Amino acid sequence: MRSFFLLAAIAMSLLLAACGNTEGGENAQGNDEGNKREGNGSSEVIVDGSSTVFPIMEAIAEDYQKQNPNARVNIGVSGSGGGFEKFAAGETHISNASRPIKEEEKQALKDAGIDYTEFEVALDGLSVVVNKENDWVNKLTVDQLKKMWSENGGVETWADVKDGWPEKEIEFYSPGADSGTFDYFSEVILGDAQIRKDASLSEDDNVLVQGVMGSPNGISYFGYAYYAENKENLKAVPIVNSEGEAVKPSKETIQSGAYNPFSRPLFIYVKNEALKNDAVYDFTTYALENAGKMAEAVGYVGKPESAYEDALQKVDEIAGK
Amino acid sequence: MNLVDKQTVQSSMTKRLVKNRLANSLFFLAAAFGIVVLAILLYRIYSEGMGYLDWNFLTSFASRFPEEAGIKAAIVGSLWLMAVTAPVSLLLGVGTAIYLEEYAKENKVTRFIRMNISNLAGVPSVVFGLLGLTVFVRLMEMGRSIMAGGLTMSLLILPIIVVSSQEAIRAIPKEQYEASFAMGATRWQTVLRVVLPAAIPGILTGGILALSRAIGETAPLLMIGALSFIAYLPENVWSGFTVLPIQIFNWTGRPQEEFHLVASSGIIVLLIVLLLMNSIAVLIRNKFSK
Repeated sequence: MRSFFLLAAIAMSLLLAACGNTEGGENAQGNDEGNKREGNGSSEVIVDGSSTVFPIMEAIAEDYQKQNPNARVNIGVSGSGGGFEKFAAGETHISNASRPIKEEEKQALKDAGIDYTEFEVALDGLSVVVNKENDWVNKLTVDQLKKMWSENGGVETWADVKDGWPEKEIEFYSPGADSGTFDYFSEVILGDAQIRKDASLSEDDNVLVQGVMGSPNGISYFGYAYYAENKENLKAVPIVNSEGEAVKPSKETIQSGAYNPFSRPLFIYVKNEALKNDAVYDFTTYALENAGKMAEAVGYVGKPESAYEDALQKVDEIAGK
Repeated sequence: MNLVDKQTVQSSMTKRLVKNRLANSLFFLAAAFGIVVLAILLYRIYSEGMGYLDWNFLTSFASRFPEEAGIKAAIVGSLWLMAVTAPVSLLLGVGTAIYLEEYAKENKVTRFIRMNISNLAGVPSVVFGLLGLTVFVRLMEMGRSIMAGGLTMSLLILPIIVVSSQEAIRAIPKEQYEASFAMGATRWQTVLRVVLPAAIPGILTGGILALSRAIGETAPLLMIGALSFIAYLPENVWSGFTVLPIQIFNWTGRPQEEFHLVASSGIIVLLIVLLLMNSIAVLIRNKFSK
């Protein structure tokens, strides 16, 4: 009998909890809609997008939140593409991207009637790395990279890349196909070619770092921050740039653009309409003022100061201030 | 004369004893393997994560400095998520099981439903995430709220709860039903006073396993767009949120080694939350199995 009462009590409390939820839910939904209406005056700033840009925006939001305790900044990580999808659905104010917006994404935004502005917040140097014991690779050209990484390039060993290099089979490690890093690499290097099928793909760049560290014939590419953190254990390959010089990734070469074609900008896309809302305007301004500093704090490279000043001016123009 | 030939017994006895010992050590090894792996895992997590695990870690929000990074928003978010998922999934799950076992007529439709529930248990969690995104987030306009996340998680673990509750109900001896009916009880009275009290331990075991899965799951929540950085606590079920596994996942992906250690601290917290949840459920279960 006693157990029956206990059971009943639990069932009741569960029921109550459930009812409570729905009731509270309805009320809350009312409030929520209220919030949305008054709204665009509310202090919420919604950011989503690339996981590469996330650490920069997180650092900015952290400091911004400290100075404005009432601010409500929240940041999601849906990837560059996922971010644009939510941006076009009108669910976010700011979209982070590690690559420029694609044509079809532009079209989707146009169809949704959303005007936006692109800002470059920082630079990243896509670093091509090999194992520390690899003492033969002293530089690579874009053509060599293309030959190595494409499915029909016919490269199996280092000797296939350049005469005189050892006949050891190369092990390829690549970021997964969903990442902006992969998108960027395939656009710059592969063009229309397919990436080789025997490459090991991983969405986690730390796995790529481990992979190259563990195999003397490994090669991979990823964001500069991952190379900078593991400098003692990895060797960055100098890349022959458009002027014909072999350049290693470093803060200076990435910022000056000498490290091309792998010095890539990181973007935020801001909804113009949202800039008229004080919270979004304040946050965007704060972000552009501090992006350079914060980018370096989390392992990326800032843009020259003047670039941010121009961007801030653009924000003011759009916001009508 | 002897009824038992001692000679034969003696000779086969040693063989049997050897076999027995072999089986014994084999099963011991099987059991030890799991425990050793668990111990290594725990040791690794513990040795890596203890450094960053302090009060500050529990009461701060995420940060770009590993020493200042904390897990407050994620803990509170996970608890909120459970507050939605647990009642919804248990009520629906146990209700479905009672219907299927006690009320539903044995026909094609019932068999079809049963088969599909078992199939649902095998659907990858990302698919539930997509479902949650289209139905709860977009169609029902819940946004990226705790409600949307909790309902998605409920759907994910519903099949497990239904199946285990069905098993628990089915295990009740027929005599107990007959005794109840013989006393003139209706079916509903029988279910409430005989079936449920007897089945509660089994139902709760399934429920614990299911909720443990929900609290460790990341993929569906990433699909519906749960947040990664949020420096304030949710106020109600319509707020945005983050959860422990997402926060941990986020930290393990960072280039800086220190964040990997912070991730280990996060894993310790997740394990403790899991352990607490489970022990509460075990307590309730013991109460009922008396």
